[in-house]
Amino acid sequence: MKHVDEYRDGNLARGIARRIAVEARTERSYRFMEFCGGHTHAISRYGVEDLLPANIRMIHGPGCPVCVLPMGRVDDAIALAKRPEVTLCVYGDLMRVPGSNGSSLLKAKAAGADIRMVYSTLDAIKIAENEPARQLVFFAIGFETTTPPTAMAVRLAQKKRLTNFSIFCNHVLTPSAIQKILQAGDPDAVEIDGFIGPAHVSTIIGTTPYQRFATEFHKPVVVAGFEPLDVAQAILMLVRQVNEGRAEIENQYIRAVSAEGNRKAQAEIADIFELRESFEWRGLGEIPRSALRLREPYAQFDAERRFAIVTRPARDNPACECGAILRGSKRPQQCKLFGGACTPETPMGACMVSSEGSCAAYWAYGRFRDRETASRKAVVS
Amino acid sequence: MIELLPDEMARVSLDGVVMNASVALVEDVAIGDYVVLHVGFALAKIAEDEALRTLALLREAALLGAGA
Repeated sequence: MKHVDEYRDGNLARGIARRIAVEARTERSYRFMEFCGGHTHAISRYGVEDLLPANIRMIHGPGCPVCVLPMGRVDDAIALAKRPEVTLCVYGDLMRVPGSNGSSLLKAKAAGADIRMVYSTLDAIKIAENEPARQLVFFAIGFETTTPPTAMAVRLAQKKRLTNFSIFCNHVLTPSAIQKILQAGDPDAVEIDGFIGPAHVSTIIGTTPYQRFATEFHKPVVVAGFEPLDVAQAILMLVRQVNEGRAEIENQYIRAVSAEGNRKAQAEIADIFELRESFEWRGLGEIPRSALRLREPYAQFDAERRFAIVTRPARDNPACECGAILRGSKRPQQCKLFGGACTPETPMGACMVSSEGSCAAYWAYGRFRDRETASRKAVVS
Repeated sequence: MIELLPDEMARVSLDGVVMNASVALVEDVAIGDYVVLHVGFALAKIAEDEALRTLALLREAALLGAGA
């Protein structure tokens, strides 16, 4: 058993889908948000939505690290990279994210800035060790999944007494974003009947932090793995909760996620990071206590202090619907830039950049499906 | 997980593609374990018994679906 192929079995998936169709009540609709971009990708790639009855709608959430990073912070990173003494290390999917005025890290690199793509924070530490004359800055982004690897890099830099290593910290918290979606006083806010909880994030934080969404907001949450059968099973579990009027935290991904999560990783995060009072999210705006920064004892590794970074607000392209798409109130095809002016090669908004973004997922797997559906409908009518 | 290395590192195989990853964030890993890997770090071990239970539940639900 390799814990991958078993969860991609098409026959089993069709069986689960039939079960869902039997149990879903025809007189009502079900609107479930998969918070995480990894699930959005799995749903698009394996055509999970095509297996579902018409009254179950999947709403794509904001759980895409690159997508929720506000443009002002991309501008900060570009400005950092342009400093002659700085080498900026980034995860690959940040390279094309649009900054202000059509800028991006990719364009800054082409213009001569020293920007290097790394797979792991450990690669950034290695570069700092090998090139002591360079100021190495790691562009730290992501949810609770990528936070512990950043913490480990800070820990290592401290152990190795590196004086040329710092992080530009943009780590954000999943529960704060879910809370914001549930509280949003938007006129275009979407009604949600339940959530599919993230897979990798939950290996770190466990299932307990979701409890308040059941208790306070009466929304069921099912934490699910990233394979198509995991998602299908989670949908079945959500349908059952809704039908029975239950709002509970259930764990479909029990092979990797526990109620308490990864205690070792949590201890590292708590030791090195503290909450910011507020942080801006693309699409969701300012969210109080939703992001992390380095604690005082680690100030020497904080690029914001070392380079006195002051983030300026920046406006996204006004035609880009990334914000509404991240809130789940619009679908990618409802953006007039989608697939024309905006493609993964020349993205106008962050949702088209990352493989976890909804627009990128629709572009890669959904754009022909919708066209086929449209033409089929045309033939029928 | 195919080999444990010094400094809390390990050699892991992703369907035959071998790479180094950190196991600093997980407790008691052993050769032969399956782990959830993300940006070069093992985040969690996969529990074989729970995986088998999940698969059994999936088959049961699919079977019920087929009978419907």
